[in-house]
Amino acid sequence: MALKIVKGSIDRMFDKNLQDLVRGIRNHKEDEAKYISTCIDEIKQELKQDNIAVKANAVCKLTYLQMLGYDVSWAAFNIVEVMSSSKFTYKRIGYLAASQCFHEGTDVIMLTTNQIRKDLSSPNQYDTGVALTGLSCFVTPDLARDLANDIMTLMSHTKPYIRKKAVLIMYKVFLKYPESLRPAFPRLKEKLEDPDPGVQSAAVNVICELARRNPKNYLSLAPLFFKLMTSSTNNWVLIKIIKLFGALTPLEPRLGKKLIEPLTNLIHSTSAMSLLYECVNTVIAVLISLSSGMPNHSASIQLCVQKLRILIEDSDQNLKYLGLLAMSKILKTHPKSVQSHKDLILQCLDDKDESIRLRALDLLYGMVSKKNLMEIVKKLMLHVDKAEGTTYRDELLTKIIDICSQSNYQYITNFEWYISILVELTRLEGTRHGHLIASQMLDVAIRVKAIRGFAVAQMATLLDNAHLLTGNTQRNGICEVLYAAAWICGEFSEYSMQTLEAMLRPKVATLPGHIQAVYVQNAAKLFATVLQKHEGETDSQAAQETSQLLIDRLPLFVQSANLEVQERASCILQLVKYIQKLQQKNVEVAEEVTALFAGELNPVAPKAQKKVPIPEGLDLDAWINEPPSESESEDEKPKVVFAKEEPKHYRSRHTEVDEKELARRREVRKQEQANNPFYIKASPSSQKVYDAPGVEHIPVVQIDLSVPLKVPVLFNCDLYLWLEEERQQKEKAERKKKEKKKKREKRGKGRKADSGPESEEDIRPAHQVDIVTEEMPENALPSDDDDKDPNDPHKALDIDLDKLLADSEKLPVRTHRPEVLKSPAEDRDSKSVPQETKKKRGRGGKEKKEGKEGERKRSKEEKKKKKKHKEVEEELLESQPEEAVQSEETKEAAAPPTSTSAEASDLDFWLSSAPVPPAAAQEVTAPSSAAAVDTSSAAAPESEPDEPKDTEPEDTKSSKHKKKKQKKEKEEKEKKKKKRHHHHHHHGDAGGEDSVQNGTVEEEEPLPVMYIYSLLAENSYIKMVYDIQGNHQDESKVVVSVIFENKSDSFLKSMEFNVLDSLNSKLQRPEGAGPHDSLTVPFQLPPGVSNEARFVFSVQSIVMPQKLKGTLTFIVKSDESSTHEKLDFKLHFTCTSYLITTPCYSDAYAKLLESGDLKGSSLRLEGISMPFHHLLARICFHHHFSVVERIDSCASMYSRSIQGHHVCLLVKTSVFIESKWEESSLLGNVLDEIKQTFSKC
Amino acid sequence: MIKAILIFNNHGKPRLSKFYEHYTEDTEQQIIRETFHLVSKRDENVCNFLEGGLLIGGSENKLIYRHYATLYFVFCVDSSESELGILDLIQVFVETLDKCFENVCELDLIFHMDKVHNILAEMVMGGMVLETNMSEIITQAEAHNKMEKSEAGIAGAPARAVSAVKNMNLPEMPKNINIGDISIKVPNLPSFK
Repeated sequence: MALKIVKGSIDRMFDKNLQDLVRGIRNHKEDEAKYISTCIDEIKQELKQDNIAVKANAVCKLTYLQMLGYDVSWAAFNIVEVMSSSKFTYKRIGYLAASQCFHEGTDVIMLTTNQIRKDLSSPNQYDTGVALTGLSCFVTPDLARDLANDIMTLMSHTKPYIRKKAVLIMYKVFLKYPESLRPAFPRLKEKLEDPDPGVQSAAVNVICELARRNPKNYLSLAPLFFKLMTSSTNNWVLIKIIKLFGALTPLEPRLGKKLIEPLTNLIHSTSAMSLLYECVNTVIAVLISLSSGMPNHSASIQLCVQKLRILIEDSDQNLKYLGLLAMSKILKTHPKSVQSHKDLILQCLDDKDESIRLRALDLLYGMVSKKNLMEIVKKLMLHVDKAEGTTYRDELLTKIIDICSQSNYQYITNFEWYISILVELTRLEGTRHGHLIASQMLDVAIRVKAIRGFAVAQMATLLDNAHLLTGNTQRNGICEVLYAAAWICGEFSEYSMQTLEAMLRPKVATLPGHIQAVYVQNAAKLFATVLQKHEGETDSQAAQETSQLLIDRLPLFVQSANLEVQERASCILQLVKYIQKLQQKNVEVAEEVTALFAGELNPVAPKAQKKVPIPEGLDLDAWINEPPSESESEDEKPKVVFAKEEPKHYRSRHTEVDEKELARRREVRKQEQANNPFYIKASPSSQKVYDAPGVEHIPVVQIDLSVPLKVPVLFNCDLYLWLEEERQQKEKAERKKKEKKKKREKRGKGRKADSGPESEEDIRPAHQVDIVTEEMPENALPSDDDDKDPNDPHKALDIDLDKLLADSEKLPVRTHRPEVLKSPAEDRDSKSVPQETKKKRGRGGKEKKEGKEGERKRSKEEKKKKKKHKEVEEELLESQPEEAVQSEETKEAAAPPTSTSAEASDLDFWLSSAPVPPAAAQEVTAPSSAAAVDTSSAAAPESEPDEPKDTEPEDTKSSKHKKKKQKKEKEEKEKKKKKRHHHHHHHGDAGGEDSVQNGTVEEEEPLPVMYIYSLLAENSYIKMVYDIQGNHQDESKVVVSVIFENKSDSFLKSMEFNVLDSLNSKLQRPEGAGPHDSLTVPFQLPPGVSNEARFVFSVQSIVMPQKLKGTLTFIVKSDESSTHEKLDFKLHFTCTSYLITTPCYSDAYAKLLESGDLKGSSLRLEGISMPFHHLLARICFHHHFSVVERIDSCASMYSRSIQGHHVCLLVKTSVFIESKWEESSLLGNVLDEIKQTFSKC
Repeated sequence: MIKAILIFNNHGKPRLSKFYEHYTEDTEQQIIRETFHLVSKRDENVCNFLEGGLLIGGSENKLIYRHYATLYFVFCVDSSESELGILDLIQVFVETLDKCFENVCELDLIFHMDKVHNILAEMVMGGMVLETNMSEIITQAEAHNKMEKSEAGIAGAPARAVSAVKNMNLPEMPKNINIGDISIKVPNLPSFK
């Protein structure tokens, strides 16, 4: 056998391995493809062999070829074979190949399910790890569904290495199989507090990814993250959390207020730029969310801006870039604080790095104001001239337009200036944004009525100089501008009529068809205006000349290749010919012709069409006529083809004609030109780009030879800037019309003479422009729901995580597999299910009281954070021995030990850091009373029919009860308390629900505040309080929750918790740890902070109370020194700590008593003066009982131990307790403890 | 999320490509070419972030890259990642490679693409950052190698010998093309301890 292996490997060593393949490819540079194809043939041969090593080697080579771009999907099955090898080496090769080339369409993936499942449960952690890594790359919905449960189990694996991978891959599973999110979420949340930093980081990672897409579902985790943020030292985790907060704050501004302080501290303290940057970012997000409500954050803004300035001034380009990026976020809400750094940002425009220049441009967008717009744009125009590379220049161009047109031209004070800028921009060579400029021109001309005269003048100049724009074929992007120019000149032709000739030059025929069409159409409009103008005159010469001009020039367009142009031209030509006839007869036609173009055009909002509401009774999906049968549509097909083909022929034929035609015409024109005394050459200054044969017909009258023919805008920009200054000065000085006139004259000189007299009236300095808003249809729906992407996979993950988890939602489990050992954590999860049910009901009843324990606890922690911890402590100490202390400040009340889900606690309460008013304190009753109210009606039918005595009073009570409830609700509404509870403690619920049955809550006085945690040990550095909790699922385990509180001013770290085990009770230590090893507390404590850790103990017998000795060691680290400290404690396991509050219905209770299995014992309590319901609440709360029923001053109570013993109590007239239990010694102990509890008060 | 991790040399030859979303081989090559084109035309002293319409993911994504001697390390990430954090991660990655290969050079990456993949897998999993602690990554990588060696055992010996012989007569195996000064760090950026 061994010989065979050796022989196999000797064969193998002559196979090519990956290195040989790479080497070979490098040696065959000239015929690489050929070499690789021979290699692939070899690989195919190797894959056919039985030896798995050979196969693995082949697959490894394929992975390399895949990177080079070769399709290797044909080997998918072989990859699966290699994946299933028992050797780690090969398995890893297989999984790597799979992760590189498998995807949802790979059909062999479905063969892998069982293999992967096997690997996941492999005893070798590296097999599991490799499988998880591979799976993360190719998980499909099917795999996710089938393996979700296995992976979830791995989240509680003993090895952190596996745990972190399992946690991380859950995100992929959620994406592919959204149903798994809710069942898996509790455990995921638990992993946020995993002792291993890697696992913690992974959990943070996953939740951040989830929350980023659907932040609102994760708001309730904010307190937990807050805690992590203040305790974690891992920068990566901090960055993630801080980023997450950035996403959460917009939803909950109160969260922002809480965050500001710790974030500011981090900004001051951290040395990591990455962290600093993210902090600044989140502070900005907070400030944005607060911008409306909180004006007093100028300090934070200043801090951010100042830090960002440091980043921007840094020599490191990365920091500079990010600084600008963050700055642009501040800009949106606090433009003033950014504007003071304008110098810096303008400086960045000169940076050699294009990314930085672009970012600076973004910033400029928000920095403009009415005052500085012209100046900034001027600077940008300079950059446009300098810019090399068309992309950056185009970017500049769009930015200039963006900046000027933002929020409905808000910052433009002088539209003439803007038009001039636009005209100047048309001079850019090779820009792609001609249409953008064109649409701006149109928009401004249409919406700013006062500017039309000026715009028309400018456009006329543009048209006149069209050759400058179209001279170079590369520039054709910009000729779109002519479209706008022609349209404006035509539409507003009353301002200037001289352009008609320019629009009909033969050169126009070289423009794109759609522009020509506009030319022709607008020539007609102009014609109409000219006619109208000359109508009244006796001398009709001018009008007739115009007609003649049209008749001469239009035939050129009639021959156009473009259908649209042709059609319009021929139509208009006929019209003009007819008009000419009428003119010769001296018939007045102007009015009829103008009527062709009557009416004003209004701008329409881009979304207007979409917003037209569907009229009632109109069904857009219904057929108007029955759809034609298939045979009909077949008949139509050839027609379609024909129709499609036709224009093609047409076009190609025509272009030929066009060119010939053009050449011929050019010749003719040259001749004509030479002989005709009416044509002159254009002035030499503008001839550089001028196409000599295409010289246009420029009527002599219109040329002012003293002014060089030039686009007159180059200096306009400066001119306006200067004018603006002038105007401002003038306004200050309150000078009047004389000045104005002077200026007008100046400008008149500056501009071209032919810009017409009309424009003068609107040069009034402070333009009072009314900007026409875009039209929307009536009844338009305001909704803006069109920006959501329906294909976003994250949409499916928008799941309410607080909702009840139904049975049907549980992850599919393969039943034939041995059940995995459940950890206490898991138990807690499953337990949270019924809890949640109750919560839901509670909400239905609009009751708001339960869950306050959680709130109180949270608020307590908050208080501590606010450094009032000393005070709190004192009160806590008081409230322990003397529970009757009725502190008005409910915030001091503490919670019973909470399950993990309850840990997150009430977000709202956490957020509202204000102390609860005394009124609220009264409402904070023991758990029973609160829950009792809202479920009373629901629970009533369940009460026993064989106890007729009870039923009657119960009904009446419950109706009274309802009244009271309503009253309470009213009160609450008045107080407008927004408290909602997310979690209940199951004590409270259980007790509550039972007492409900009996409707006992009536007439009760408010209950005193009770504190469940008892003191464990305390010294000058640290204080520990603890509580012990059992659960049903595991009869030999209890969980001890210890809250550590740092009382010192130093940092406490490396806390280790150890307990001397007894025979009966043992601290559960991780696998591999010795029986005396201590457990590391999974967090560190900054000064004044408290945190909770849980320790699992296994117990054998629960009948006797136990005391365990233990020690906590920790390092106190202050600025100068660090000392090792130790604190001893005694952990007291009382018998009550083994009891679990369990609801019990009265019929079941009766049967239990009848069964006779129970032994009885009784207890008399002396000198108790508290109200009966207080007594009951106290027993419920401290001893984990629940009330089964209560009749007047007699109540039966029930509880169960973790090992399933039943305990029944009968409490009579407040002094006598009779009890029954299966286990008499346990019972005795419990009674003793009860007695002790009451002797304290 | 990290969308893709690419390593290519100054001529655009891919040395490692890891896509966390599926693309066809052709698209992948196109993305590599496009990315190389974008990255290679940038000066040395400009910022390490790039945005722009890419095949990969569009405007939400950023390219974050570092250039070491002959190699470009490019991470394509979406907005949930911290830019400076990723820059540091690249640094951690390169330093880890340096430790694992003992003075890493481009040839190491050329001939041991699989190993680089395995190291990367300990750092980034399915597009999410798994581990940022270098010593932890190295520990795991070494544990893997150990397992591999123990599995090879006697049977692996002849193959190893042959490969050693093959490497001996290899004129092009100089180790001196170092990956460059990996200690060029962005100042003040010790994100990970």
